[in-house]
Amino acid sequence: MTTPHLLSTGDLSREEALGILDTASEMARVGDRSVKKLPTLRGLTVVNLFFEDSTRTRTSFELAAKRLSADVINFSAKGSSVSKGESLKDTALTLQAMGADGIVIRHAASGAARRLATWAQGCVVNAGDGTHEHPTQALLDAYTIRERLGRLEGVRVAIVGDILHSRVARSNVFLLATLGVEVTVVAPPTLLPGTVASWPCAVSYDLDEVLPKSDVVMMLRVQSERMDDAFFPTAREYSRRYGLDDERLTRLADHAIVMHPGPMIRGMEISARIADSARSTITDQVTNGVSVRMAVLYLLLGGSAGEGGTP
Amino acid sequence: MGTEDRAAATPTPVLVRGVRLPNGVQTDLLLRDGAIAAEGAGAVDDAVGADVIDASGLVALPGLVDLHTHLREPGREDAETVLTGSRGAALGGFTAVHAMANTEPVADTAGVVEQVWRLGRSAGYCDVRPVGAVTRGLGGEQLAELGAMADSAAQVRVFSDDGKCVDDPLLMRRALEYVKALGGVIAQHAQEPRLTVGAQLNEGVVSDRLGLTGWPAVAEEAIIARDCLLAEHVGARLHICHVSTKGSVRILRDAKSRGCQVTAEVTPHHLLLTDDLAENYDPIYKVNPPLRTAEDVAALREGLADGTIDCVATDHAPHPVEAKETEWCQAAMGMLGLETALSVVQHTMVDTGLMSWEAVAERMSHAPARIGRVADHGRPLRPGEPANLTLHDPAASRTVTSVGAPFASKSTNTPFAGMTLPGRGVATFLRGVPTVLDGNLT
Ligand SMILES: [Zn+2]
Repeated sequence: MTTPHLLSTGDLSREEALGILDTASEMARVGDRSVKKLPTLRGLTVVNLFFEDSTRTRTSFELAAKRLSADVINFSAKGSSVSKGESLKDTALTLQAMGADGIVIRHAASGAARRLATWAQGCVVNAGDGTHEHPTQALLDAYTIRERLGRLEGVRVAIVGDILHSRVARSNVFLLATLGVEVTVVAPPTLLPGTVASWPCAVSYDLDEVLPKSDVVMMLRVQSERMDDAFFPTAREYSRRYGLDDERLTRLADHAIVMHPGPMIRGMEISARIADSARSTITDQVTNGVSVRMAVLYLLLGGSAGEGGTP
Repeated sequence: MGTEDRAAATPTPVLVRGVRLPNGVQTDLLLRDGAIAAEGAGAVDDAVGADVIDASGLVALPGLVDLHTHLREPGREDAETVLTGSRGAALGGFTAVHAMANTEPVADTAGVVEQVWRLGRSAGYCDVRPVGAVTRGLGGEQLAELGAMADSAAQVRVFSDDGKCVDDPLLMRRALEYVKALGGVIAQHAQEPRLTVGAQLNEGVVSDRLGLTGWPAVAEEAIIARDCLLAEHVGARLHICHVSTKGSVRILRDAKSRGCQVTAEVTPHHLLLTDDLAENYDPIYKVNPPLRTAEDVAALREGLADGTIDCVATDHAPHPVEAKETEWCQAAMGMLGLETALSVVQHTMVDTGLMSWEAVAERMSHAPARIGRVADHGRPLRPGEPANLTLHDPAASRTVTSVGAPFASKSTNTPFAGMTLPGRGVATFLRGVPTVLDGNLT
C-alpha cells in the first residue's frame, strides 16, 4: 500500500482496495487450516488501543494479529492513565517508546486516528473514529458482497438508516464507489448529511422503492438517543418506514442479501427472522472480518518486516 | 516603563521623515508632548532635539484599535496576561484593545473591569479597554451591573458575553435598551445555541466528509437577523462580533439600508482561511465561529470593502499548547491574531486591490474607536491630534513562526505559522512614546 496507515477508505485506490480483498482471500485459507497461524509478523508488536468499548472489533483485530504471529497488547483506555487526563499525544509517544509497530485505534472522536498518525511512528489502523470512518468494516463488507454475489462491479447496494452519524456508512459509500458498486443511501432527510448529494451515491427517502432494485441491503444501527434530538418522531414510526420487516423482505429479489454491521437491535431495524435467514450475511461478516484485518496488517506491517514470506 | 511613568516622563520628540499618510501624501510628522505637533515643512523646522526616524517607504496609520481581544487575565495567565497580550498588540500596530469579558472571574463587575484596566495601564503598551459582560457570570439569565461598569474608572462602553450568545430575546432587548443610557453598545456573539449543539466545523461538504458535527451558517444568521430587528425596534446600538458567512453580510447590508444602528466586525482569519484546512483534523484551525467556505470569504472581503462590515477585529484567542495538541472535538476554539492582523489585511484586502490604506485606517482604527467610544484613538494623523500611530512597511514580508520572536504572546496557536505574509510593523507610538521601534518592543 502507498500509505503507511489505513485511516480512511477515501485514501485507497481501486487497485489497493482490490489488493486488500485478494490478500484477504489468501488469508481466509489460513483460517481453514488446523494450525491457523502464519509466521509473517513474528517479532512485531501490534497494540489495540481502544478508547471505546467494542469487544467484537477488538477481538477480531486481536485474532488477526495473532494469526500472523504478532505480539498483541490490548490497551483499553478505561482504568489507564488516559482516563486520568493523559492526552492522546502522550499515549502515542508512550506506545512509540514501547516499540509498537502497529496501532489499531478505536476512538469516540472523529479524526483521532489521523491525529495519532501524526504523533506515532508505527502504522495506524483506524478501527472506528467517532462519526468519521471504520475502513476495515467497509473492506469486510465489500469482501462479503464479492464472496456472496461473485462480483462487485455493477452490484446495487442500499445502505439504510442513520447515514449522518454512521462511520460504517461513510466508509462503505466511498470504498464501494471506488470499487464500481452502485450505492443508494436510504434514510429520512434528518439522518442524511446536508451535502450527501456531493457523495458518490444515490439518495432516497423511500425504502420500499429502493428494495426491489437492490442486490444488497445493508442495515445500520439506529441509536435510540437520536430520538431525543428529534431526528425522527418515534421508534415505531422509524421502524415502519425504514425497518426491514418480513413484509418488506418479499420485495427483495431472490438473490439479494441482507447485511448488518452489528450489533443489531432485532425488531426495530431488522426482524429476527431475517437476521437468522440464509439471506443474512451477519455471521459471514464476522468471519471475513478476521481475514480482512489479517490482510490489512500483513500489507501494512509485513512488507517492511522483510521476512516471513507470503501466505 | 508603565503608562503612568510614561505620562510623567517627557518623551523625547520624534521626527518621522518621509512617511506616507493613508491618503498617499508623503510628509514629515513631529511627535512631541504626546501629540502630533507639526506636519510637513513645519515639522522639520520645529524638530530641534528630536530623534529622527527615516520612514521613506513606510505607511503611517493611526494606532490600530481592536474591538475584540482575549487577554485571559485574570484566571488563565498560563495562556496570556494583560502584559504579554498588550505587548503583542503593540507589535501588531495596536494602541488600544478591548479585553473580552470571559475571564475567570468573569468581568461582570466594576471591580474586575477596573483590575483589567489598571493592569493595562501599568503594562503601558497600549490602552486596554475592558469589555463588560452583559449577563452575570455570562450565565445568560440576569443582566450584570452595566451601569456600575460604565461609571467605573475603566469607563466600559462595550458589553459582550462573547464566547456565548445572548440568546434569550427578551434579555437581549433589555440589554440593548439599557445601555442606551450609558452610551454603550452590545457586542453580540451570534450563535444560536440549539442549532450548534456539539458543533465542530462549518456545516458543509468538509464537515459531512470528516464526520464532524456541522456548524450551520444559519445559526449565526438567525441571531443577527433577530438582533437587527430588536435593535431597530428599540433604537439602540448593536455590534455583531466576528461575522463569518455570506448570509450574515447580506442581512447586515439590508439592516443598514433600513437605518438600523448596527455595526459589525470580521476577523483576519475569516478573510483568508477556509474550512477545508481542517482536512487533517489539526485543531489549530478550530475557531468560533468556524472557518467557512471560499464563497463566504469572498463575501466577507466584499462586505469589508464596501463598508457593510465596519471593522476588522482580531478575536485574538490564546490557548496553551495542550489545549490544541489533542483530538479536534476536545480542542479549544480560537487562534492568535494581534501580531498578524495587519499583514493578513494587507494580503487579503490591500494587495488584492480591494481596499486602500485609507480604508485600512478606517476599518482598523477610526471605526473600531468610534464603535467602542475610545477617546483619543482612531483620530486623523494631523497636528493637534494625539500621537497614537503605527509605521508599517508594506514592501517587507516575513514568514510567520509560531514560537518566540516576533511573537510576544504567551501562546503559539497561530494558523499562519509557516506562511509568508506581506508587511512588517516597524514602529508604534502610544501618545508619542514608542512601544515598538525597528520592529522590536521598547
Ligand atoms: Zn466570540
